[in-house]
Amino acid sequence: MEPVVEVRGLVNRFGRQVVHDGLDMQVNEDEVFGIVGGSGSGKSVLLRTILGLQRPAAGTVRIRGSDITHLSEAQLRPIKAGYGVAFQSGALYSGLTVLENVQLPMIEHLKLPPAALEGLALLKIRLVGLPADAAAKYPAQLSGGMVKRAAVARALALDPQLLFLDEPTSGLDPVSAAAFDDLVLYLQQHLKLTIVMITHDLDSIFRTCNRVGVIVDQRMISGTLDRIVDDPHPWIRAYFHGERARARLGAAHGA
Amino acid sequence: MSATLTRREAVEVRRTAEGLELELTGEWSVRALASIEAALARIDVASVPRVRIAAEGITELDLSGAWALRGFVQRARRAGAEVDFRGTPPDQLRLVDETLTEPAAPDDSALPAERLAAAEPGGRALVAIGRYAVRSSRDLVAGLAFFGRTCTTFVADLARPWRLRPISIVRHVYDTGITAMPIVALIAFLISVILAYLSAQQLRGLGADIYVVDLVTIGVLRELGVLLTSIIVAGRSGSSFAAELGSMKLNEEVDALTATGADPIELLVLPRVLGLAIALPLLTVIADLIGLAGGALLCRYLLDMPLTQYVNRVNESISATTFWVGIIKAPVFALLIAFAGCYRGMQVRGSARELGHLVTVAVVQAIFLVILADALFAVLFMRMKI
Repeated sequence: MEPVVEVRGLVNRFGRQVVHDGLDMQVNEDEVFGIVGGSGSGKSVLLRTILGLQRPAAGTVRIRGSDITHLSEAQLRPIKAGYGVAFQSGALYSGLTVLENVQLPMIEHLKLPPAALEGLALLKIRLVGLPADAAAKYPAQLSGGMVKRAAVARALALDPQLLFLDEPTSGLDPVSAAAFDDLVLYLQQHLKLTIVMITHDLDSIFRTCNRVGVIVDQRMISGTLDRIVDDPHPWIRAYFHGERARARLGAAHGA
Repeated sequence: MSATLTRREAVEVRRTAEGLELELTGEWSVRALASIEAALARIDVASVPRVRIAAEGITELDLSGAWALRGFVQRARRAGAEVDFRGTPPDQLRLVDETLTEPAAPDDSALPAERLAAAEPGGRALVAIGRYAVRSSRDLVAGLAFFGRTCTTFVADLARPWRLRPISIVRHVYDTGITAMPIVALIAFLISVILAYLSAQQLRGLGADIYVVDLVTIGVLRELGVLLTSIIVAGRSGSSFAAELGSMKLNEEVDALTATGADPIELLVLPRVLGLAIALPLLTVIADLIGLAGGALLCRYLLDMPLTQYVNRVNESISATTFWVGIIKAPVFALLIAFAGCYRGMQVRGSARELGHLVTVAVVQAIFLVILADALFAVLFMRMKI
């Protein structure tokens, strides 16, 4: 089967600083793919490149077969309508209510009557576990966890088959983070989504991801979670077998 | 019974003895939703005893498509029809059903005032006026409090001048003063040209050419130099103060300062106020100079007046106070502009839209306050016979 996202030989550099040097990545249908890496390793740059927000110095980025690095804005539009993105800080439009935030992609891409816009937006808001009265609130009135959920609701506005999440559980308390992991799994199973998720959260990774890609030395080492956990690379060993990870790993293996 | 067959894009409707049979076909996705909604809306379910839906023909069904289908099913049920599916209903429909039928929180967010307004049409205007009055008076009190706090901080810092952040003040003198010089000079020049042209046209007929000099000199020195400079600075720096502080508020930078024990008024507001209070008088001096130079140029080429005669006339027309009457207003205007900008900037909370709104308010209020203060100065100086 054709990979949903395929990155080959990606090179990104800012001035003399090389962020990615021949990075390969592949995300398959129906999987939750976790992108892991140290601070400054270029996780966000990778995501921005995949989203077409940034042109790479070299390499190809294919989303369902089409190489987005050489497409114009107009050609990118239908591809962008096919995926949803929830940014790290939510990036909700602060001047719009949650309902209007979710409606915006639909208004941008579709011609729908107002009643349908409202009904669909409410559906997505309820789907991500927000109460209906959150719809009329402005982002500044929401808690951190609600902002993240609202961002996912907006990402789901166009019923995409592919969802990008940038550190969805960062800044959440463990209970909210676990609830968010449940949401990710629920959406993945019920909507048959392919999810690409940048995360630092070990609990999240063990809970939700099928495969993991670790950015080390400007490249990506990827594989199933079991394989990656046993990878000999020192950074990966430190990440999965460090002080903070050991308890979690023991629990996962014990289960 | 005759069976009518209507061919549509997404729905095939067949009327039978028991009721309707719907054959759903094709792509039921968000992309096709507009035509699906239209097709479903055309189906008349009034007095149909039974609706049977076959969904196996759908090639792609997403949540939006399922939502549209659910809407139709509910409409048919409300109309009294019995709805069932041939085979199993699609999973997506069940998911939408589950999502939307969870107990919704009672919507109790309407404020008492809104209820009153809704209950009584005449109450609406009254509520609006009352609210506006309360908000305006609170705004005024808060503005005065802000002004007072800044003043007390300044006075307290006079005893320990090292806390006045000289480097920060210098930066603001540069940003609001030095970089504004070209535009201020250009505008002062153009204004003196306009003034000279206008007065020359009127006075030449009376043979009173020489009074053009009086008009330009007194006009620029007393009023126009400082007023136009202030208006430009209000647009440039008033807005930049409000935008800068406002985005710092949005970014929680101001909260971070407060949390570290630093006083945002002392650190952010005072340097801007003092910087502008230094820069604006200096800009006014430049505007005055350029204005007089522009007058000289015009008199030379428009009225063929030699430069020496212009200078002599300028000396005769102005009194000892003319220049000072203009320049004394500059620091006052600077304070008004800086306070309007900083105060509105500090009021920003929550949203980018509010930032834009408050920057606009800051500039409009700064210009309004400057002109109001100028009018008060005019009355004051007249009473003082200056």
